[in-house]
Amino acid sequence: MIRFVSIRLLRALVTILAVVTFAFVVLRISGDPAQVMLGPDVPQDAVDAFREAWGLDQPLWIQYLAYIHSIFTGDLGISMRDKESALQLVLERIPATLQLTIPALLLKLIIGIPAGVYAALHRQSGIDRGVIMLSILGFTIPSFVMGLLLVLIFSVTLGLLPSGGQGTWMHSLLPTITMSIGGIGLLARFSRSAMIEVMGQPYIRTASAKGLRWSDVVWQHALPNAAVPIVTIVGFMVGALLAGAVVVESIFSWPGIGRLLVVSVANRDLAVVQCILLLIAATMVVSNLIVDLLYGWLDPRLRGQAAH
Amino acid sequence: MSHLVEIRDLKVAFDSVQVLHGIDLNVGRGEAIGLVGESGCGKSVTWLAALGLLPGKAAVSGSVRIEGRELRGVHRSALESVRGGRIAMIFQDPSSALNPVLRVGRQITEAVSLHRGLRGETARAEALRLMDMVGIPDARRRFDLYPHEFSGGQCQRLMIAIALAGEPDLLIADEPTTALDATIQAQMLDLLIQLRTETGMATVFISHDLGAVSQVCERVCVMYAGRIVEQASIAQLFANPRHPYTRGLFDAIPRLDGPRDRLIPIPGTVPDPRYLAAGCAFAPRCPNAAAYCDFQRPALDTLADGRHLACFNPVPPANSLPVRRKILEGV
Repeated sequence: MIRFVSIRLLRALVTILAVVTFAFVVLRISGDPAQVMLGPDVPQDAVDAFREAWGLDQPLWIQYLAYIHSIFTGDLGISMRDKESALQLVLERIPATLQLTIPALLLKLIIGIPAGVYAALHRQSGIDRGVIMLSILGFTIPSFVMGLLLVLIFSVTLGLLPSGGQGTWMHSLLPTITMSIGGIGLLARFSRSAMIEVMGQPYIRTASAKGLRWSDVVWQHALPNAAVPIVTIVGFMVGALLAGAVVVESIFSWPGIGRLLVVSVANRDLAVVQCILLLIAATMVVSNLIVDLLYGWLDPRLRGQAAH
Repeated sequence: MSHLVEIRDLKVAFDSVQVLHGIDLNVGRGEAIGLVGESGCGKSVTWLAALGLLPGKAAVSGSVRIEGRELRGVHRSALESVRGGRIAMIFQDPSSALNPVLRVGRQITEAVSLHRGLRGETARAEALRLMDMVGIPDARRRFDLYPHEFSGGQCQRLMIAIALAGEPDLLIADEPTTALDATIQAQMLDLLIQLRTETGMATVFISHDLGAVSQVCERVCVMYAGRIVEQASIAQLFANPRHPYTRGLFDAIPRLDGPRDRLIPIPGTVPDPRYLAAGCAFAPRCPNAAAYCDFQRPALDTLADGRHLACFNPVPPANSLPVRRKILEGV
């Protein structure tokens, strides 16, 4: 078990390092922060002074080594725009993002899984067909279309809810719903197919032949077996708690990490972008690790494999 | 004498394709009956339908009574009280018939609690007793293991332990030895025979292996394409198989000793249930078939010796002696 976890942790570190390196290189070869920050009509010596001040005049590999070194010492750099600690800037935005993503995740779980399971247990019924249709609609409509559609209906036409900004709980309603619809559809579809697969297994027939009540067959024998594929999807959703809000925050002018990321990329604010990507990679990796551990707990057959 | 289970005119159709064409079958108390036939002839479907275990798309009609009480069309909860408690069933592939994510002890205890109302330590003790009874060595230590940590034969023993937990009046063993290797098959047959002696429960043994059936059962129903074509006691059937299909099954049994004769296979394959002829379903493969066999279906009649037979041109009794000798040498 300890061996398993330490191998996974090592892999997680490598993954994070890869993400950080990729972000570092792409940000530096795709544009010049000095040009963006200072504007097009600035004299060359001002540009040079800016580059020198931020260490951008050094060769790329020296910048990279210095950056990696500073990460390990806990220093994630200073924002070029706000002249504040990048980490501080990012951490300040996290609560706003979680204020949307956590309720959205709960909605996905509370609606998506039961809808999928119910549809599987009532296969070919009207409700089943309805669930399939809605779930396909849910995850095929992109969130920027869904968001604008909801704004059009609830803000512009009906005037019931605000179209953007942060304030009362009503402000978070539309972004949360927009964000959850795709996930509800995805989870419903996965839960349905996982459950249909399990309900056709011989051990379900055994459980019925034993004389168990139908509800016990479903709850105690079928659901634990259907959990593995469902947990995989939920793991991705948990991993995307920080990263999943980029588009929706931009549509609804929500002051979270997603919007900070978009603004910082546009401004080539290197330290902030790198800090956000590092955090996103870390949450993704951690949630994957938890999912891997959960597999072994859910399915004893996977425990032996996990140890090797 | 009233029968334990009476099945009358049981019919099953999947997606409007009829696969069971009216089965009549009685099971007496403590009796052991074999259901024999090729794959797809409806042996398992008969009992899955009787217990309401077929998927929802199956259309079932007819009557299934246990001690006179009708099971067809009753509420789900009434069926659930019969399953496991009155009629238990074990299946072909024991490794996939046990829930892979639950400990075997719990799977047995669950049945013990359900049917006997035992809880906690008492239920556990009873489950351990059942594990001992079906021959799981070191039951106490292995109580908390998962099914994948047992061999196929042991999984089938665990399945039997679960089936016995409800102290059923009837055990349906659906090809319980097919997925096991030969030595384990023999052990499993011995176990079934021993348990029947000890508990006095009736047994329906579903198999395509006439040899295995002859060891466990007193009476045999031979099924073909969703119908019973011959029903007789083991002694009658082995002495004198009258239906050409039964005869064909005997001819296809290999011998352990004696001259190495070529086996006589039954020509052709089991007919597709979607394209059954109006006449006898076996006619296209039957050596005795006459022209009218293709158009007229023989009814299952009772003969003078008590056997039931559905054939216009049965195998004459005189032909049976070599068969009997062959079986006695071979099985």
